[in-house]
Amino acid sequence: MARKNKSLSVLFNPLSKDNPVIVQILGICSALAVTAKLEPAIVMGISVIAVMAFSNVIVSLMRNTIPNSIRIIVQLVIVAGLVAIVDQLLKAYAYDVSKQLSVFIGLIITNCILMGRLEAFAMSNKPWPSFLDGVGNGAGYAIILIIVAFFRELLGSGTLLGYQVIPQSFYDAGYSNNGLMILPPMALITVACIIWIHRSINKDLQD
Amino acid sequence: MKALRKFLDRIKPQFEPGGRFQSFRSVFDGFETFLYTPRTTSTSGVHIHDSIDSKRTMIIVVLALLPCFFFGMYNTGFQHWLAAGETEFPFWDLMAYGFFAILPSVVVSYGVGLGIEFIVAQWRKEEIQEGFLVSGLLIPMICPIETPVWMIAVATAFSVIFAKEVFGGTGFNIFNPALVTRAFLFFAYPAQMSGDKVFVATDPILGFGHTLPDGFTGATPLAQVATNVGDQLNLTSLSGDAVSTWDMFLGLIPGSFGETSTLCILIGAIILLVSGIANWRVILSVFVGGALMAWIANIFQSPTYAASLLSPIDQLMLGGFAFAAVFMATDPVTGARTNIGKYIYGFLIGVMAILIRTYNTGYPEGAMLAILLMNAFAPLIDYCVVQSNIRRRQRRGITIKS
Repeated sequence: MARKNKSLSVLFNPLSKDNPVIVQILGICSALAVTAKLEPAIVMGISVIAVMAFSNVIVSLMRNTIPNSIRIIVQLVIVAGLVAIVDQLLKAYAYDVSKQLSVFIGLIITNCILMGRLEAFAMSNKPWPSFLDGVGNGAGYAIILIIVAFFRELLGSGTLLGYQVIPQSFYDAGYSNNGLMILPPMALITVACIIWIHRSINKDLQD
Repeated sequence: MKALRKFLDRIKPQFEPGGRFQSFRSVFDGFETFLYTPRTTSTSGVHIHDSIDSKRTMIIVVLALLPCFFFGMYNTGFQHWLAAGETEFPFWDLMAYGFFAILPSVVVSYGVGLGIEFIVAQWRKEEIQEGFLVSGLLIPMICPIETPVWMIAVATAFSVIFAKEVFGGTGFNIFNPALVTRAFLFFAYPAQMSGDKVFVATDPILGFGHTLPDGFTGATPLAQVATNVGDQLNLTSLSGDAVSTWDMFLGLIPGSFGETSTLCILIGAIILLVSGIANWRVILSVFVGGALMAWIANIFQSPTYAASLLSPIDQLMLGGFAFAAVFMATDPVTGARTNIGKYIYGFLIGVMAILIRTYNTGYPEGAMLAILLMNAFAPLIDYCVVQSNIRRRQRRGITIKS
């Protein structure tokens, strides 16, 4: 029972209390870059979940054989291999989105969340908890991306997933899309708002 | 006046702790200290008391803005009449038209901004600060007359919350709130903030004014410069006549509501300088920096960057440059605080404003971005000035010893 609780907390803690983006402030760069529209944000989130889960498992399996002095290089090679696979899959099955994401899929390799989890968790835990940890942290990242992208696409383009949400009558009445929401600064401010709300709910995170 | 004081004294106990409206204490306090200078003073420590407190300071800035504001009303009407092809300009009709055109923006800007400040003050149980008195008037004055009021509301809310309250309220903000509002509008709604359709009011209001034909366009001189082709500038007013330097000085040209008249801005500057509220170092160095950069640009003029064809005098009088120099750059909160720092800060604002205006063809106007940029650097400038002073005095100490 205690064990099950532990794996549950490994999976669910990163969603809120230990969220990689809004608590540990990691992976901000890609959160700014891919969140102008909802669709690429979702794809990016799924890609990161997949890469993190599998790289965590592989590193965890190899953790006792990786020489300590070259562990970062080994981790990088594993992540790079997985990212290359994801990149190829996206190019094959979702070409438009992969074009929008451009270099940012490739830059998953340098995502601090990945390296952080590999170093901090997968190197010292068994494969199953590592898998859950990877999924949890990837999902924590994905959730923030999706929330940010939701507001940016809704207010910046008036659409969600490419479908027009704000009715035409609004535009006729003088409403217009907020061009600033599409620009990167507003992603930072949106992330800041999420952190603000999150900290005021979780008082123990305030410092 | 005595009746007002009596009334305030009578209702005061209800707002004291334990009274019926104690949760609205800061609202009452805000109004009371706005109407009457508070008599209470600090009880501990040594303080120098000035006869003028921050609410009175703000009011003088508002007074200094009034010439520009009244001229803006007249000019709004004037441009409208001119656009309608009239040759008679009845003064009071023009003023009334301009007044009704700007009124909604002023009401919305004050309503939203003060509303947020009051709510935050209640929430934090602090006194209401008065910094918004000036910002609330500045915001409509630096926007095109045709800016929809809901945009002003959104932008004001954004800037009061994100440029001011999150940093701790009045006196703690890094960036000038009015300019943040303008920058927000500029980047969020570029179609409504620039171009040639927004600077002249086109609809009749409450029976004043004319109905202009659809598709009417009236570009500001700077916008005409930005789209100029060839190595001859010809700036025209709405009636098709050439714009002279005298027109630019008086301000009878299309532009944002309050910024067109250099004459009225100078009157405002004199009020600010005589009352000791603005610092002459900043204003002077902004103009020096701007003139120098405009002069250099004029020497190396090329048709690719049409603004470099303007003479330095025209550069300083067109657009929001003079307005920004007098009312925005002198903001004591966001500017540099040391005297040498003020020279550097102002000089760089002037240079940047003309540099952006001339060499970045995407932005016909540069004063806003220049000041926001230098706001970010003001603390660094101060730090360097203070450090160099410390070093200089240390060195002096060493030479005396040896």
